[in-house]
Amino acid sequence: MSLLTMSAQLAEGFLITVEIFVLTLLFSLPLGLIVAFGRMSGCKVIRIISKIYISIMRGTPLMLQIIVVYFAPFYVFRMQVGTGYRFPAVIVAFVINYAAYFAEIYRAGIESIPVGQYEAAQVLGYSKAQTFVKIILPQVVKRVLPPVTNETITLVKDTSMAFTISIAEMFTVAKQIGAAQTSVVPLLAAGVFYYIFNLVVASFMEYLEKKTSYYR
Amino acid sequence: MEQTDGEILLEMNHVKKSFDGTGVLQDISLTVKKGEVVSIIGPSGSGKSTLLRCATLLEKMDGGELTYLGQTAASEKTDKNGRIQCEYASKAELHKIRKCFGLVFQNFNLFPHYTVMKNIIDAPIHVDKVSRTEAVARAEKLLAQLGLSDKADAYPYQLSGGQQQRVSIARALALQPKILFFDEPTSALDPELTAEVLKVIRQLASEHMTMIIVTHEMQFAREVSDRIIFMEQGVIVEEGSPEALFTTENARVREFIGKLQ
Repeated sequence: MSLLTMSAQLAEGFLITVEIFVLTLLFSLPLGLIVAFGRMSGCKVIRIISKIYISIMRGTPLMLQIIVVYFAPFYVFRMQVGTGYRFPAVIVAFVINYAAYFAEIYRAGIESIPVGQYEAAQVLGYSKAQTFVKIILPQVVKRVLPPVTNETITLVKDTSMAFTISIAEMFTVAKQIGAAQTSVVPLLAAGVFYYIFNLVVASFMEYLEKKTSYYR
Repeated sequence: MEQTDGEILLEMNHVKKSFDGTGVLQDISLTVKKGEVVSIIGPSGSGKSTLLRCATLLEKMDGGELTYLGQTAASEKTDKNGRIQCEYASKAELHKIRKCFGLVFQNFNLFPHYTVMKNIIDAPIHVDKVSRTEAVARAEKLLAQLGLSDKADAYPYQLSGGQQQRVSIARALALQPKILFFDEPTSALDPELTAEVLKVIRQLASEHMTMIIVTHEMQFAREVSDRIIFMEQGVIVEEGSPEALFTTENARVREFIGKLQ
């Protein structure tokens, strides 16, 4: 197999990788904020539920979570799901897993804002919503960018876990080709793809960090 | 300097506040009239800052009354078990009452992601719904008065502590409060920067701004105040004109003032 055909096949898998990556971020970044609010809620029940949720998501393997999400409709509700459910199951599993990590990052960020900022806003007459959106959130975004970058880079590599339920993302494809050709070259080539993808992700995040570095 | 016939702007009656069973404010009453400058002095832990925080609605009182220009912010109620409770006005009313006063913090608490100009104009525009042109005009006037005209586009981190504190005074004044509270405005500053902030407060006093200042700057309090209140252990120990307080017979007050001079 020529390097070109191999790259073409890998590129096809890469597309699935990018899809998982984009969809996961799209949903988990905002969901994480909601979970973070739950974690800091004044209502004890909501706080405890959020805490348990985060604890399970962080305390069990993502691979197991993918399997559970994929098989739950059948074992819990006796629903027949076709192979078409595989991709949505992967997205759901990734989203609920990453939302838990993002929630903890957001919470740490929100709690690191000095109480004086809230007090100043209150005395100036800002509403609670105005205070959060105008005063607190921009400062939180700046503070959480580095840890969010870390998680995002981990996500790029974690996408390979979709192979658990036979989603043909790039790593799965690389393994298949590698097995057929008895060669490690496809795996190394996949590594290069991941690395380049992460370079792009990291430089984009660096750009965002620069954009928020106009103040301290 | 003494003004006796001014309109009453702030009235605090029998204010009580405790933290975990420790009485921090024990039956404090304080009335401030228009144009008055009142300084509150006393040792750390005497309840001065707590009193200011209760007055500015940052802390909830356990009992007593709080009134601004005749509008009741909080009143005392006795519940069916005979316990004293403090009942606060509705959110909307409290929002209206907050417009009566401004507060200058010890640590400035400027918004770090806003320029000096935006720190000053944002609340007038988004809270008071003042037009942008009007808000900017007000801010420019204030910055000129406080000697900060060249700093409008700077961010707080680029300013000295004294400049930051002056910006925070401008931010409070931009909402045109009737009373301005200062919570140890110079405690985070070195003597030189302290002087530049005190100069501004002195200037405001000469313009008859009503001010309540919690401070450790005795000479400044003596010079600028119409009235000085000495607090200790949650009670007002002595209260009177600067001359009266600095020549008091009360041994404790003499000791405290003497140590700081």
